[in-house]
Amino acid sequence: MSQTGVLEGADAPTDEEHHHGPDKGILRWVYTTNHKDIGTMYLLLALGSLLIGGVMAFVIRAELFQPGLQLVDPNFFNQMTTMHGLIMVFGAIMPAFVGLANWLIPMMIGAPDMALPRINNWSFWLLPFAFSMLLSTLFMEGGAPNFGWTFYAPLSTTYAPPSVTFFIFAVHIMGISSVMGAVNVIVTIFNMRAPGMTFMKMPLFVWTWLITAFLLIAVMPVLAGVVTMMLMDIHFGASFFNAAGGGDPVLFQHVFWFFGHPEVYIMILPAFGIISHIISTFSRKPLFGYTSMVFATSSIAILSFIVWAHHMFTVGMPLAGELFFMYSTMLIAVPTGVKVFNWVTTMFRGSMTFETPMLFAIAFVVLFTIGGLSGLMLAIAPADFQYHDTYFVVAHFHYVLVPGALFSILAAVYYWLPKWCGRMYNESLGKWHFWLSFIGVNLTFFPMHFVGLAGMPRRIPDYALQFADFNAVVSVGAFLFGASQLIFIYNVWRTTIGKKGIKATDLVWEKPEGLEWTALPSPVPYHTFQTPPKVD
Amino acid sequence: MKRVGFSAVSALLLLITSQSALAEWGLNMTEGVTRVSHEVHDLHMTIFYICVAIAVVVFGVMLYSIIYHRKSRGAKAENFHESTVVEIIWTVIPLVILVGMCIPATATLIDMYDNTDSEIDIQVTGYQWKWRYTYLNEGVDFFSNLSTPSEQLDNTQDKNINYLLEVDKPLVLPVDTKVRFLFTSKDVIHSWWVPELAVKKDTIPGFINESWTKIDKPGIYRGQCTELCGKGHGYMPIVVKAVSKQEYKTWVTAQAVAQAAAKEIKDMSFDELMIQGEKVYNTNCAACHKKDGTGIPPMFPALKDSSIAMGDISNHIKIVLKGKQGTAMSAFAEQLSVSDIASVVTYERNAWGNNKGDYATPMSVKKIKDNK
Amino acid sequence: MNTPRYYVPARSHWPILGAFAVFLTLFSMASIIHESTHSQVSMFSIAMAVVAGFLMLYMLFGWFSEVVNEGLRGLNSDQLKRSFRISMGWFIFSEVMFFAGFFGALFYARTFSVPWIGGEGVKGISGMLWEGFTAHWPLVKTPDMTQFQGPMGLIDAWSLPFINTVLLIVSSFTLTFAHHSLRHENKAKTLFWLRSTLFLGAAFLCVQVAEYGHAIHELNLTVSSGIYGSTFYMLTGFHGAHVTLGAIMIFVMYRRVDNGHFTPDDHFGFEAAAWYWHFVDVVWLMLFTFVYVL
Ligand code: HEA
Ligand code: HEA
Ligand code: HEC
Ligand code: CUA
Ligand SMILES: [Cu+2]
Repeated sequence: MSQTGVLEGADAPTDEEHHHGPDKGILRWVYTTNHKDIGTMYLLLALGSLLIGGVMAFVIRAELFQPGLQLVDPNFFNQMTTMHGLIMVFGAIMPAFVGLANWLIPMMIGAPDMALPRINNWSFWLLPFAFSMLLSTLFMEGGAPNFGWTFYAPLSTTYAPPSVTFFIFAVHIMGISSVMGAVNVIVTIFNMRAPGMTFMKMPLFVWTWLITAFLLIAVMPVLAGVVTMMLMDIHFGASFFNAAGGGDPVLFQHVFWFFGHPEVYIMILPAFGIISHIISTFSRKPLFGYTSMVFATSSIAILSFIVWAHHMFTVGMPLAGELFFMYSTMLIAVPTGVKVFNWVTTMFRGSMTFETPMLFAIAFVVLFTIGGLSGLMLAIAPADFQYHDTYFVVAHFHYVLVPGALFSILAAVYYWLPKWCGRMYNESLGKWHFWLSFIGVNLTFFPMHFVGLAGMPRRIPDYALQFADFNAVVSVGAFLFGASQLIFIYNVWRTTIGKKGIKATDLVWEKPEGLEWTALPSPVPYHTFQTPPKVD
Repeated sequence: MKRVGFSAVSALLLLITSQSALAEWGLNMTEGVTRVSHEVHDLHMTIFYICVAIAVVVFGVMLYSIIYHRKSRGAKAENFHESTVVEIIWTVIPLVILVGMCIPATATLIDMYDNTDSEIDIQVTGYQWKWRYTYLNEGVDFFSNLSTPSEQLDNTQDKNINYLLEVDKPLVLPVDTKVRFLFTSKDVIHSWWVPELAVKKDTIPGFINESWTKIDKPGIYRGQCTELCGKGHGYMPIVVKAVSKQEYKTWVTAQAVAQAAAKEIKDMSFDELMIQGEKVYNTNCAACHKKDGTGIPPMFPALKDSSIAMGDISNHIKIVLKGKQGTAMSAFAEQLSVSDIASVVTYERNAWGNNKGDYATPMSVKKIKDNK
Repeated sequence: MNTPRYYVPARSHWPILGAFAVFLTLFSMASIIHESTHSQVSMFSIAMAVVAGFLMLYMLFGWFSEVVNEGLRGLNSDQLKRSFRISMGWFIFSEVMFFAGFFGALFYARTFSVPWIGGEGVKGISGMLWEGFTAHWPLVKTPDMTQFQGPMGLIDAWSLPFINTVLLIVSSFTLTFAHHSLRHENKAKTLFWLRSTLFLGAAFLCVQVAEYGHAIHELNLTVSSGIYGSTFYMLTGFHGAHVTLGAIMIFVMYRRVDNGHFTPDDHFGFEAAAWYWHFVDVVWLMLFTFVYVL
């Protein structure tokens, strides 16, 4: 809520101090209202969460490497699965996108900063507290939440470990953070665009984030509501999710997935924006079908509110409900298809080169589409009776989340890092990172389709013998994929902190479009735009 | 650059072809043994091939561009970036494909929801972590527990072929008979899934979900609980034994006799109680209270040195009979016979160093049970 | 006029304090609730809650004063003012969605779960688990009366709740009158109408407390008397909390009007409070209709 904005000339007050560079020391980060500092903190938080969530995935994969119980007991295994899902979703992917939004949106729309810089810093600092609270449950009596990241009642209410109360309040804090962050993004986009930056001239990343922010504001409060109902059931004798008092455990699922499905699009829409930029730049061609991209993204967002029960085909919904949710879910393939076709057409007749960001972007298109197609299979209700809660579902969502959302984030970092810090990352390390990740990710998640179809349920610590071979492959793949992320960390470290690598030009790439390239030097100064840029 | 691109291509091709190739190798969804499961399998294959076809087209075009429209080959970028016509085409074609998929899917779904005209009704109740099968018209009623010995779980014994997919008492069903299931649960949500029957339904505490099956072939079909239901979620398998109608009849009669016999109360010696008690304990109680009685505090209390196991015996019997509302400790009165309860109580009072010395008799348990 | 120049934000210590205050508040609440079920509430948790409360007040007061002061010093550009309006609008939208979740639960229970348990509708077969239970709404006799003792009676919509409806509707009008007076630079009238609004809001809360007392002590209608009680208290309780917050906002506006913070065409703080109040009012109308009347 600090004073940002266009000041009209002479009568502008001059008594406020102007910082033209960052403060020194840790307080720079603690007190900052600068969108780049806050963006950096979000990205670091996301990286930290990725490591923690990744280590949890390692525990899962190590236990599942062979049949039998080797490492952990089943209850701890469930805690790992739950925390892995929660940390990756709320701690890694979402904050990473918010971090990118912070860095890029003001630069892309020609604004000096986010509209509400103090709220911005508040939204960020809530998160470390929320995650400390969430992680502290691991050390509590009875252990951490063990009921899956979807925390279905009554396993998460009557039958939950005592630490569930802390889990609930941690979710509340994350909710506040996300809503305030999203309000900030919306206001920035509505109100801070440079003169001439009309809506239909906005870069796609800005568009996709605008829509994502809308989704966040619409569904995070519903998540807050559902955990509050849980709290009432657990501690105050309410019966929202208990048939003995007239409630219904399935009510929980309806409310949760009303949040949960839009949530998965929250994790992919910004990725769509990123990929659109990268493909266009490295094809040296304007993005094909800008307008239809905007409409497709909006349609996906709107449809996402009426498909939630496709996660609940087996709960015994009435036939009419089953059909409705099947049809509406399938419909989402149409706008998503439009996006995929637009990307492919952008590459068509282009003049392509394959720097690291482009490699990740191409892998995104391919692997996300595979994940999307398996999503479409899941949407077919009668077939989902066979797929539901098996590793086929696990394969689906990792395909859209890991080589989908996560790859887009990696691509974005490679693509914009030279602009942020003024130096090129090391290209051959980038290529190594890409190829090892690409192989690793497929080795990890592709065989999951097979074990899933063959009948392996998800969230089990041990499995029947016929699934053994593929599980071993999956585990090996997981270690390969995880280890290759170390290359990425090193590459970013040596470019930013190590200050190695050649100096980047202002344009960085051959002919990129957008204000961040054309109107700003590399590295970007601490204060992005002192005066509104020209938009043509 | 070129090499990099080509390896991407080959990796891709490998991915696409390997999936369809492996599909024939038995890593695909089972065709199952019912009409419905065949329908579902066909549906699955249809949409799978459509998806593969779409993928081939989309990735094909992309691959073509990657190969031919690369800068290193001297490709010059064109500047087109809009075409309403193609946008409409690639909106309409997918729509048509989707409608094509919807038609068989809807038909199959309607079929699966048709629960009428069943010949046998079975109530399936999920418990943490076992299944209960109640044949509503035949008066047969029993629990079905995992029977894999815990030594195999701990890797101290070789795992047998049906590791984790075997139970003490399978669900016996006749072939060529429409069986209706009524699913419910006593505690949390479970999900009853047998791939070969293409039946997967959640069991919701307090509600009943229906489903049905009609098995074509005698045989043994295995499945698992597929909804996370706590610590023992991975350990509640389902085994369906499909037999001829004749065999089924004999089985039902035998069950009725056996169940009546189980109701009879025999006197048991202390040693008999301890031996049977250990068996009952390990199948029914060890999941929570651990084999050595140490439990997993604070979620699951230890019984070793517990004030109840070492205290007044009637309180001990009562808690086993009635359970404790609102906790995972369920009422065992209807799950176990009185002699089972007497023996498990006796076992708990005298095992793992709990040398209480007293014991419960089936008669004393029955008394407490009848007193309510 | 020279070319527009962007303004640069100053650093601030309020956000970190705000984050910590929220964390400590929720953490201490979690500890207290956790301990009250699993052991005994410890002094430590209570102390934490007290500290958190003070910190929260300090932070809110300090942060808002700073924002107000910036406004008074004329630091806020038109653009920033627009930002404030847009954010308040979206914030209220998020609150709407929060209540929407609870209303969804209410509708679901009424139209699906209770009839099903009572043996009606597509999943009426579930009724076989609940012999002797018939579906009715509002739910007085719960499916399992031993676990969830149903209420002995219900609150008559046309008694206290109706009075409350009138109070809130009138308060929306008085607030609008206050706004008009503010626009016409009539400070005395503005203050009068604001006082009236506050008075009506307070009256509403008193009536609500009386109604809760009646419900709990005479009707045995509590959170734990089945799904009707659960939805009833969830909706009216959170609504009551929002009325309280709204009243605090109006009180602050009262002080600010008194201190001459607003001009006829620059008084967004006032408008924000008014929007919030009207939102709370609309929620009540929904509540009155769906919780009490129907
Ligand atoms: C980024 C996250 C993300 C994304 C984008 C998606 C995208 C989609 N998802 Fe997925 N999904 C998840 C994350 C995501 N999902 C998660 C996390 C879960 C599990 C939650 C849990 O239980 O823990 C899940 C589970 C899940 C289920 C429940 C499965 C079950 O539990 O039984 C279903 C069922 O319908 C589903 C469907 C879809 C569909 C139809 C899409 C569509 O949006 C996909 C659309 C894309 C395409 C179809 C490909 C491109 C299109 C073309 C090339 C055009 C031509 C195509 C055709 C005409 C077919 N998803
Ligand atoms: C949102 C994103 C996301 C991401 C990125 C991932 C990443 C991974 N996931 Fe995750 N996963 C989910 C979201 C995600 N997952 C969700 C929502 C669930 C469902 C949870 C539930 O059922 O409730 C799930 C469930 C899930 C399961 C099923 C568990 C079960 O059903 O019991 C498995 C099993 O293999 C798995 C594996 C992996 C692996 C191997 C990775 C790998 O990609 C991770 C690779 C690791 C890293 C990228 C980190 C890098 C680490 C290092 C560099 C190590 C160095 C550190 C040290 C040496 C200390 N995941
Ligand atoms: C699903 C998990 C589960 C299973 C299976 C289970 N119990 Fe329990 N048991 C519990 C829980 C939880 C409690 C604690 C209840 C409470 O909070 O008082 C408990 C408590 C007890 C107690 C009281 C101990 C004490 O000190 O409070 C006894 C005795 C007991 N169980 C015996 C048995 C017997 C005998 C069996 C098997 C026939 C069994 N339990 C099976 C979960 C289980
Ligand atoms: Cu029962 Cu999982
Ligand atoms: Cu979904």
